[in-house]
Amino acid sequence: MLLLTCPYCGVEADETELTPGGEAHITRFGADSSDNDFETYLFMRKNPKGVHFERWRHAYGCGKWFHAARCTMTLEVFGTYKAQTFEPPKALINKIKKKRPNWEGFVK
Amino acid sequence: MKRYSAFAIAREAFRHHTGWERAWASPEPKKEYDVIIVGAGGHGLATAFYLGKNFGITNVAVIEKGWLGGGNTGRNTTIIRSNYLQDPSAAIYEKARSLYETMSQDLNYNVMFSPRGVMMLAQTQAEIRGYQRTAHANNLQGVTTEFITPQRVKELCPIIELSGPRYPVLGALWQPRGGTARHDAVAWGYARACSDMGMDIIQQCEVTGIKQSRGKVTGVETTKGAIKTKKLAIIVAGNSGDLAQMGGFRLPVESISLQALVSEPIKPCMDVVIMANTVHGYMSQSDKGEMVIGGGTDGYNNFTQRGSFHHLEETVRALIETFPMVSRLKMLRHWGGIIDITGDRSPILSKTPLGNCFINCGWGTGGFKAIPGSGWAMAELVADGEPRELASAFGLDRFQEGRFIDESVAAGVAH
Repeated sequence: MLLLTCPYCGVEADETELTPGGEAHITRFGADSSDNDFETYLFMRKNPKGVHFERWRHAYGCGKWFHAARCTMTLEVFGTYKAQTFEPPKALINKIKKKRPNWEGFVK
Repeated sequence: MKRYSAFAIAREAFRHHTGWERAWASPEPKKEYDVIIVGAGGHGLATAFYLGKNFGITNVAVIEKGWLGGGNTGRNTTIIRSNYLQDPSAAIYEKARSLYETMSQDLNYNVMFSPRGVMMLAQTQAEIRGYQRTAHANNLQGVTTEFITPQRVKELCPIIELSGPRYPVLGALWQPRGGTARHDAVAWGYARACSDMGMDIIQQCEVTGIKQSRGKVTGVETTKGAIKTKKLAIIVAGNSGDLAQMGGFRLPVESISLQALVSEPIKPCMDVVIMANTVHGYMSQSDKGEMVIGGGTDGYNNFTQRGSFHHLEETVRALIETFPMVSRLKMLRHWGGIIDITGDRSPILSKTPLGNCFINCGWGTGGFKAIPGSGWAMAELVADGEPRELASAFGLDRFQEGRFIDESVAAGVAH
């Protein structure tokens, strides 16, 4: 059972109150992009064992999309942050690095 | 290998069962093989078996980081069916189902294949139309299915509640030759047959790297040292992403936990497999008497082999609606398996950007039923270096070309 704190309304929400939205910070390519880029945008995912940045929607709450950093092996949630950003906040990255010294860091 | 038979049991009974030999050998890896298969689950072992049987390639190693059949092969709900909508899927799943029919004889190992019939309930108007369409498609594909009335559903499964508090049963897609098999026995039977052909099954040996030269595979690094190979087949389900990364290519795959649970054993009460995709639950009764229940997938990727509790709640709630008598059953065991899901919910059997390296993954929530067909098609791909008819539609390039085999609608949740 995952508990995520919505960074907009501050509610600590159970996963049944949220809708998962898949990997965060992917580059969105349009119809005029190359086949390879478009395929990457639509289908290719990092699927890491370990730290994963992902999108969630507070569906049965404030309704807003936000981002979360979570470990796919242990389900530990490192933190959540607002979606108006191209990469995770520095403070969160530092926090994860402290907990997971072998983590290679955020890769776009 | 000594054959298993009624005579063998009688002979052993006279000497206190001291003459049984190990079903398969556990050798140390050789320096070099013609083919290395990573992953000794059902699909990997079936690939090895058909490489030997259909192509005479027996200098093969099957490498497994855990124990044989200890991944999703030992974690599924053992359902076998081939009532798929799209032609390429129906072809490979029907090939698999037909191979299951004679598997016990082919392997000289009782896999307890039980063609008891599989029923997918239609509980909305949309599902009625969808399953009628599937039944028509199946007739064209040569897969025997029919759309049956609620009365026939009740005849085949008396414990079902047709009127249902939320969703009444309006009909069902019925595949009389679908059924179940003993999942561990499938892995063990293939392993025994492969070992008998002189193949090496190496357990407790994790692949840690893939060696390549000039764009081609030359070998693998493992926890038991480096092993050279001419060809490499990666058949590791939820761990496919890891292996692909070692090989230097990407996959359109995400790993998710899928759950199942089993009740206490009870007297025989249900001799068909029933899937209810709208309310989301599926159930069959094992030969031991346990009700085997399939749950849902998590919405987010993870490797926990556990799954979210609320999915269990949903599944059990749906089953109590459809089968009121299960409400007082105690549940004995619950577990999750890590499945690899692709964008179109169909598998990948493909060459990879790395030369002489092949991948078989993406079976998602429905891999067990496909084991023999998948192994057959994968053996063709590995032996020839090019896919034959069964595997040709399942290439990695389909995601770039937009040539999907869209089963996510047709198969619903219970793939």
